[in-house]
Amino acid sequence: MKIHYGTALAAVALVAVHILMRLTQGFAESLEYDSVIANYKFIPYAGMLEIILILLSIHGFNGLRVILLELKQGKTYEKAVSYGCVAAMIALIVYGSRTIIMVNTGMT
Amino acid sequence: MAQTSSLAEENSSTPLSSQQSIILRIARYNPEHDSAKKFMEFNIPYEKWTTVLEAILEVKKHLDHSVAVRYSCRQATCGSCGMIINGKPRLACFTKISELNSNIITVEPMNNFPIIRDLAVKFERLFDTHHKVKPYIIRDDTEITTSTKEFLQSPEELEKYIQFSNCIKCGLCNSACPTMATDSSFVGPQALAQAYRYVADSRDKGKDDRLKIIDDSHGIWRCHFAGSCSQVCPKGVDPAMGIQLLRGYMLGFRS
Repeated sequence: MKIHYGTALAAVALVAVHILMRLTQGFAESLEYDSVIANYKFIPYAGMLEIILILLSIHGFNGLRVILLELKQGKTYEKAVSYGCVAAMIALIVYGSRTIIMVNTGMT
Repeated sequence: MAQTSSLAEENSSTPLSSQQSIILRIARYNPEHDSAKKFMEFNIPYEKWTTVLEAILEVKKHLDHSVAVRYSCRQATCGSCGMIINGKPRLACFTKISELNSNIITVEPMNNFPIIRDLAVKFERLFDTHHKVKPYIIRDDTEITTSTKEFLQSPEELEKYIQFSNCIKCGLCNSACPTMATDSSFVGPQALAQAYRYVADSRDKGKDDRLKIIDDSHGIWRCHFAGSCSQVCPKGVDPAMGIQLLRGYMLGFRS
């Protein structure tokens, strides 16, 4: 459960940096295609977004796992929930990372 | 022999007589025969010092001897007579009818415990979780072999845990806990408060063992800090605070 607290604190710090960086640009402008692509190509910033994605995925799916474990108990059910949440977490991280990788390998 | 004569004396006592009376609603349920709980009502006279337990025993003695209830000391020491009284977990021997300010007193078995019959519930889970957290001082040496003959403790060190030593294992905290209602594997506020009691004891060396036991998917982290455990404790123990302090140990803020 320490991972839950740790990811939450780290995510709050990094999301704050992310919001501050967005504030340097106009909101509408920051969402323009070229601007988004430029952000993804700037490796330190893209790396931070990737870390936020990982932190929030771990935090979110662990939270979901905890809620599901509290709703019902049983060895098989608990195993299925734990493995299911880890699988869903990995799938989300892979899907999110795909965008950054595509941009940086020139697939856009 | 003395016990037999006192029992005979108790059985032959006359019914309570008073100007005031209440309706005592007792939940009746036998898991072997009944599909649902039903309530039986009894009109019981009471004095301002009459406790709910005395009212239930009045029913047993003079109106319906088949009511199942567990009790022993009648002075809030043994922790046997926990039940839901007018919707709140309380000790029947420690609750006066006059302080409930109601003409109808409803008594039900404690929540989150399997029912044996009527007001009597099974305590196995409570005792199992209590034993699980090793509720005793753990250390390699003993008081006999040390030169000082006893493990000295300052008043400040004693203050850290002394209130948690007042636990009588009545189960009211577990009955009030919302997590206990949904998580059948949750270790519960009683056991967690006892884990804190021994972890905070300066004489104890079993902290790491205990922290490992409660750092489980159904352990200390399942507490949502509703605080109802502390509200219902008849001995003034604050399990919710104990759990938060214990989390401090888990996260390394305390040592």
